[in-house]
Amino acid sequence: MATAVQTRAKRTFRIGRLIRPAIGVVVAVFVLWRLYTVLASQSFGPDTWVRFAISGLVLGSVYAVIALGYTLIYGILFMINFAHGDVMMLGAFAGYFTLEAFNGAGFLNKNLPSAIISVVVAFIVGMSVSLVISIALERIAYRPLRTAPRLVPLISAIGASLFLENVAQLTFGVARHTYTNPEVIKRNIGWTLMVGGKEVLVAYTGVLTFVLSLLLMIGLYILVQRTKMGKAMRAVAEDKDTAALMGIDVDGVIANTFAISGALAGAAGVMWGLHMGVIYHYVGFIPGIKAFTAAVLGGIGNVPGAMLGGLVLGIVEAVAPAALGMPFQLKDVLAFSILVLVLIFRPTGILGEVLSGKKA
Amino acid sequence: MAMLEVENIHSYYGNIHALKGISLTVEEGEIVTLIGGNGAGKTTTLRSITGILKPRQGHVRLEGEELAPYKPHQIVYKGVAMVPEGRRIFARLSVSENLDMGAYSRNSKSEIKADLERVFELFPRLKERRNQVGGTLSGGEQQMLATGRALMAHPRLLLMDEPSMGLAPVLVESIFEKITEINKEGTTILLVEQNALMALSIANRGYVLQTGEIILHDTAEALRTNEVVRKAYLGIT
Repeated sequence: MATAVQTRAKRTFRIGRLIRPAIGVVVAVFVLWRLYTVLASQSFGPDTWVRFAISGLVLGSVYAVIALGYTLIYGILFMINFAHGDVMMLGAFAGYFTLEAFNGAGFLNKNLPSAIISVVVAFIVGMSVSLVISIALERIAYRPLRTAPRLVPLISAIGASLFLENVAQLTFGVARHTYTNPEVIKRNIGWTLMVGGKEVLVAYTGVLTFVLSLLLMIGLYILVQRTKMGKAMRAVAEDKDTAALMGIDVDGVIANTFAISGALAGAAGVMWGLHMGVIYHYVGFIPGIKAFTAAVLGGIGNVPGAMLGGLVLGIVEAVAPAALGMPFQLKDVLAFSILVLVLIFRPTGILGEVLSGKKA
Repeated sequence: MAMLEVENIHSYYGNIHALKGISLTVEEGEIVTLIGGNGAGKTTTLRSITGILKPRQGHVRLEGEELAPYKPHQIVYKGVAMVPEGRRIFARLSVSENLDMGAYSRNSKSEIKADLERVFELFPRLKERRNQVGGTLSGGEQQMLATGRALMAHPRLLLMDEPSMGLAPVLVESIFEKITEINKEGTTILLVEQNALMALSIANRGYVLQTGEIILHDTAEALRTNEVVRKAYLGIT
């Protein structure tokens, strides 16, 4: 009896060892074959590839900013804050109403400074609203469950996500809202690049999104690495009891982490609105899940990993459907395939470290 | 007034009655040691003092002030620092970041700098390794770091939990020398140790714990010659 069980275990173990390389070979062959056919057919000119790459960079930078929120909270509480995408959605709405208000008052397009002020205020309002929501989420939905098993706050997060989406639906309606950009940064204007004799538009909103994302990422990196608060965040992430013994207010640091994550999500929401144009109560869901994928791709809990993962995912999503000769509707499928592949081949993510027993 | 006064505390882990009425005092400038076997309640006593575990009954007073209303991090601001059991250094933070965290409760940059000098003087090895990540230090170095980190809070009362655990005998001796040195510079120390012989050799007084109760209390001198202690904890017959 015992030997039979043993041999079976041995055999499945052997087959199991083959599965990973087999999947790897299949995926690699498939990707190379599709790449070859697409490139050989020359169905896309260089201008199209540049266009894809630019849109991927912009999208990726937004994913990166959202992914930072996931990764910061995961790093400190080891929970996935599934409501994070909805925090972003509420930030997007806050920015939308701010711009609407400025437009209604005739201030938005009065002159260049007024346009700049409007956009800056929209960002401040969006970030503040998301910050407050994020702190409230922690207080109401997560803090009471701090000592509960890890699945419990996860379920609470999903509940919070549904709650926020439904509140938004009841408050703002199901209609899609179009962001009112100032005339100077309308979505269809920008610089023109000449690639292979064809024009490629680099929208101002895209550049704004990309640059602002980079600034936010650099700012966050400095905050986490250099400041006293950042060091305290890292200390709390490692060992809460010991951090408290150092005089660190653990609850305060966790609240700060949620505040920072929320503010980042709010900024991402306003960028999304300015660049993509359309927002609705469900707008945070897909970017939220994508950003979560990005965080896992880069190594969840790792700040540079989230940035890298976001950019990589954005570019893959924009370039891969064309590169693999697939319909563009499959971009989400490709993005989530990446998640599956990462989990199979490198569960710790690109820059991730091996999870210690305590965290796993 | 005693620096630390623990009066009849009862602490629980869930339903387990871990401390059954512990009372002890630590006078300013003393080294007091708590000795006892595994599960005697030594660590629990320290956890109850730092507020990580709140006693259900009894009082913990620091210079007459009741500590019960304060959270663990607020108690640090009262001048109590702790070298936790198993060192618990922040493995992913560098040595100097670990020391910064020790000084988290303080604001004066010049005072922090002076204390940093003092810690580096006490443990020159930490200075050599200050940019290294904490997790890469050896056990002895980690103990130095945990001790230095606690000193960075400039505590009036230093709680030390098993500083000798898992260290080679040579290192144990040097750690105990440092403890005496820290004490001479004016820090009161409450030392928990399984290595009772070493602890009693540097302490002024000692308490012997057994299953959550204090069974003996005397000067270190007297405890070293006490028949029960010699048999049970010093391994001398």
